[in-house]
Amino acid sequence: MTDGVTPPAKSARQLERERVRRGQAIRSSSVATASTIVFLVLVGVLVTSSPGWPRVRETFFDPEWFTRALPDVLQGFWINVKIFLIAEPIILVVGLLVALARGLRAPVFFPLRVLAVVYTDVFRGVPTLLVIMLVGFGLPALQLTGVPSDEITLGVVALVLAYGAYVAEVFRAGIDTVHPSQIAAARSLGLSHGQAMRHVVLPQAVRRVIPPLLNDFVSLQKDTALVSTIGVIEALRQAQIYAASKFNYTPYLVAALLFIVLTIPMARFTDYLSARAARRRGPGGA
Amino acid sequence: MTLLRIEGVWKNYRHQSVLRGIDLDVAPHEVVCLIGASGSGKSTLLRCVNLLETIDDGAIHLDGDEITDVRADVDEVRKRIGMVFQSYNLFPHMTVLDNITLAPRKVHGTPRDRAEEQARELLARFGLADKAGEYPDRLSGGQQQRVAVIRAIATQPRLLLLDEVTSALDPILVTEVLSIIRELKDAGMTMILATHEMSFARDISDTVCFLDGGVLLERGSPEQIFSDPEHPRTREFLQRVLDAGRL
Repeated sequence: MTDGVTPPAKSARQLERERVRRGQAIRSSSVATASTIVFLVLVGVLVTSSPGWPRVRETFFDPEWFTRALPDVLQGFWINVKIFLIAEPIILVVGLLVALARGLRAPVFFPLRVLAVVYTDVFRGVPTLLVIMLVGFGLPALQLTGVPSDEITLGVVALVLAYGAYVAEVFRAGIDTVHPSQIAAARSLGLSHGQAMRHVVLPQAVRRVIPPLLNDFVSLQKDTALVSTIGVIEALRQAQIYAASKFNYTPYLVAALLFIVLTIPMARFTDYLSARAARRRGPGGA
Repeated sequence: MTLLRIEGVWKNYRHQSVLRGIDLDVAPHEVVCLIGASGSGKSTLLRCVNLLETIDDGAIHLDGDEITDVRADVDEVRKRIGMVFQSYNLFPHMTVLDNITLAPRKVHGTPRDRAEEQARELLARFGLADKAGEYPDRLSGGQQQRVAVIRAIATQPRLLLLDEVTSALDPILVTEVLSIIRELKDAGMTMILATHEMSFARDISDTVCFLDGGVLLERGSPEQIFSDPEHPRTREFLQRVLDAGRL
């Protein structure tokens, strides 16, 4: 930046300014540390001094049950991860296709457009748990050939249906944020509507919706636990099995911790991407 | 001979007519400047020529074809017309080179290496050779607008429309954009410019048109319009521009 020019030595005024700022920084970090410690101690005291604490500690925080349940719950959790990993890419594709279908203007595609609107309206309105139960118990009951009967597949189908609607709306919002002047520029160059969409609008839209999409996926990771209701033995179900037979709820804590371990990196990654996007836009930047 | 013929064009928004029966012929290699106050219909007229707006009456012909025919292929028409916008409208997710080569590659089917070679030639010709790999937000406004001009002419259009291309620029940057337009005129490009740069309009135009309230009130050579306008509204407009120190 300075192109080889040595910056002049700092004036006494600037040195004094920097000394004061350093002092302020040290003071604020020590205040933060102290208040955190006080807060944690207060919460700890409040919880452990409650009358039911000994019971709660026994049923929820039993180290022995923790280690005994961990392998089974972990094995169940692997199914959650699998469901998530299979469902996520399918959801992305479904969401994008539905969002694009809503933008089709040719009269031939009218039924497709209506279908997309109805789909998003219905599946955003119905609670995910209900979708899972309807798909999990309803689809096999039809006894159609070709309809899968295994619970994991049905669970994935249900999650795709529920989350596809959300993701479609996220994509649509992203497409709408691309300024009409971009489309005008693309069309003025002779690009067709489809080409303008593919080369100009979508690449910009997708970049903008990555943080909200990841947010939806954090939520999807947790909601994989809902498929336990249709008989998939995943982490939550494993914990339930333990809890029901041994009257100890520590396995629930195990399951909860596993979900946190999975979602926190994703949440941090989302924050990082949002922050980076904000930095890129910059103060008054493009 | 006529390249573009605009015949009795009307454009209405809701209950307001922004173009009220515009007639204008543009010959090959002619440079036409549209002047007039904001809201007089200059930009709308350009957008109608490029079919970004549908007209409400009249007709527009390009090379003898009626492009406003409802059965005309809009994409095919736009291949023959280039347009540059006030706010550049470069594609922010593409490099300068990709911005320029998008239409040649995707619309005209030029192979990538040939399209890029042509783009680099144009960039070099207009002093932007070192910017090929940059993203638009790393360029100054003047550089962005010059890239937008190059993007518009990369497909070798028959006609170039420039919509207040210097309005978003500071005076220093204006000159670099105007010099590229002057070069295009020397190269024989047919152009219609909507502009507030009166001295530039006087300097570069073959024909100046004064629009007022959606009506083409007066047209003539730049000498005639700027030194001896016939219509009192034209005189009034030029006097106001003069008072504002823009002439």
